[in-house]
Amino acid sequence: MSKDVLDKLKARFGAAILETHSDFGDDTAVVEPGHWKAVCEFVRTEPALDFDMPVDLCGVDYPQRGDAGRMEVVMHLYSVSKAHRIRLKARVGDAEMQGAELESVTSIWPGMDWLEREVFDMSGVRFRGHPDLRRILMYPEFEGHPLQKSYAADKIQPLVKYRTEEEAGVPLGKLEPFGPDEGMSFGRGGAPRVDDGRGLED
Amino acid sequence: MEALDVDLEDGELELPAEPMHLNLGPSHPAMHGTVRIVLELSGETIVKSDVQIGYLHRGFEKMCERGTWAQVFPYVDRLNYVSPMLNNVGYALAVEKLCGLAVPERCQWYRMALGELARVSDHLTCTGAMAMELGAFTPFLWFVKAREMVWDILEEETGARLTHSFGRIGGMASPPTPDFKGLCRAALEKIIQLVEEGEKMLLKNRIFLDRLEDVGVIRGADAVALGWTGPCLRATGVSYDIRKAHPYLKYDEVDFDVPVGTKGDTLDRFLVRLGEIRQSRRIIEQSIDRMADEGPVNCDDPRVVLPEKSDVYTTIEATIQHFKLIMEGAKVPKGEVYSYTEGGNGELGYYLVSDGTGTPYRVRIRPPCFQITGGLSRLIDGRMLSDIVPTFGSLNMIGGECDH
Repeated sequence: MSKDVLDKLKARFGAAILETHSDFGDDTAVVEPGHWKAVCEFVRTEPALDFDMPVDLCGVDYPQRGDAGRMEVVMHLYSVSKAHRIRLKARVGDAEMQGAELESVTSIWPGMDWLEREVFDMSGVRFRGHPDLRRILMYPEFEGHPLQKSYAADKIQPLVKYRTEEEAGVPLGKLEPFGPDEGMSFGRGGAPRVDDGRGLED
Repeated sequence: MEALDVDLEDGELELPAEPMHLNLGPSHPAMHGTVRIVLELSGETIVKSDVQIGYLHRGFEKMCERGTWAQVFPYVDRLNYVSPMLNNVGYALAVEKLCGLAVPERCQWYRMALGELARVSDHLTCTGAMAMELGAFTPFLWFVKAREMVWDILEEETGARLTHSFGRIGGMASPPTPDFKGLCRAALEKIIQLVEEGEKMLLKNRIFLDRLEDVGVIRGADAVALGWTGPCLRATGVSYDIRKAHPYLKYDEVDFDVPVGTKGDTLDRFLVRLGEIRQSRRIIEQSIDRMADEGPVNCDDPRVVLPEKSDVYTTIEATIQHFKLIMEGAKVPKGEVYSYTEGGNGELGYYLVSDGTGTPYRVRIRPPCFQITGGLSRLIDGRMLSDIVPTFGSLNMIGGECDH
């Protein structure tokens, strides 16, 4: 049964499936990044595959690969009706993480929304067409992507400063309860950050 | 003074209305401490909501890349602080899958019994806290009393009430104590009594039921597409339980049922959890009945399992083996593996990548509540503000796990 899934993928996409293996019983297919969304759509809609549950999405960094797809985006899918699993991978980005982009698949599985945000936040992969791609675990002012191997584990980033009245441009008592980037994506753009008036000197 | 007796019949009372923005959490008594919901309200109705997590982010995955494989155990404890044993067992199984190890039968039964105890404690915490947030304080105290009995057993076994760090690659830290079976049998009896008492208080209470019924409804297909697993998914009627669908340990040899709901509302999630406590009891009883009193708990593989302490102190070979295992860590074969178990909230997955050294190359946890919390917005949009409390409570978000 499980071999079937990989065979079907190879039959449908041919050279776009770069490699496959079933080590430890986990069926794995490495997908050419350009075909990422097409493959996802296929495994979701093909009745014999029917992968309806987005299980997981994560990034694994291999800086030693250099320009040949440094960041590996790993997706795990499960089919409730067929009770089988698959792992799809795409290798994106060069040594400097340039071009680390994938097509978003949130339209196929709504559950991918937060997962793609997490991969963006932690590993720095951008998802084209994601409705609301912003940081999820880290705060908006955070710089870098902590799960890249080049991010030092003991690196310390400064706390975020409070804004002064001049920077905010409005009396502090009139500030919106939350700022533009930490509030809702559908919130009012350009509103200043929250400030309760304390801690104005940093 | 204006007249107070405005005649409402004559015409609609014109009130200036503009959407109100409200910041619920991250420090709110009903938000379990670590989640923030930004709401746009029209009156008391939620127009839009934005759930924000990350307040308990501790860089778990990054930390794991710094130590040895065995040093991950204390971290996984702290990911889920209401059922840490399930995380311990899940991680141990993942590494063992990568190493190609199978633990002895006695250990498998032991892991099942301990894991199910943790599940009981998880569900007691969730249902109790949910009742308390709706104002029913007494059942919460009873459920916590029952949970205390579970923790007493776990303390007796592991030495720690909450952060056990009890799992090991290829076994457990120590064999079951001689009293383990007796303690379980005695405690389970009392726990079920307490659960029944609490249940009676709640499920015959019209106010409590009204706040749960038809609140936070989700259809099965939507829940699957969101990646929901565990009791929250089963409440929608999808009977996906990893213990049944893909049995690990000895779950295929024990007899238990999978409680499912019908409507997928908050009440169903509440009832499914209570049902699972009873099923866990059945599993524990069968496990301890079939667990041998004698025999090894750890597998006989010197590459990953520490030698006996008596040998470490008396022979040079065992001393060196111990030293290498602690300082360099067990060498896990090169490869990648995804291993999944049924955690307290659903599918608890570990995706491990090993480069063949004693340090993990990548440890990825798939916490069940990350995706469940991701679906919270859908459940509360268009509902009343006060519906957030039971809905959020029934999802049982565990901040440590959700925020990694």
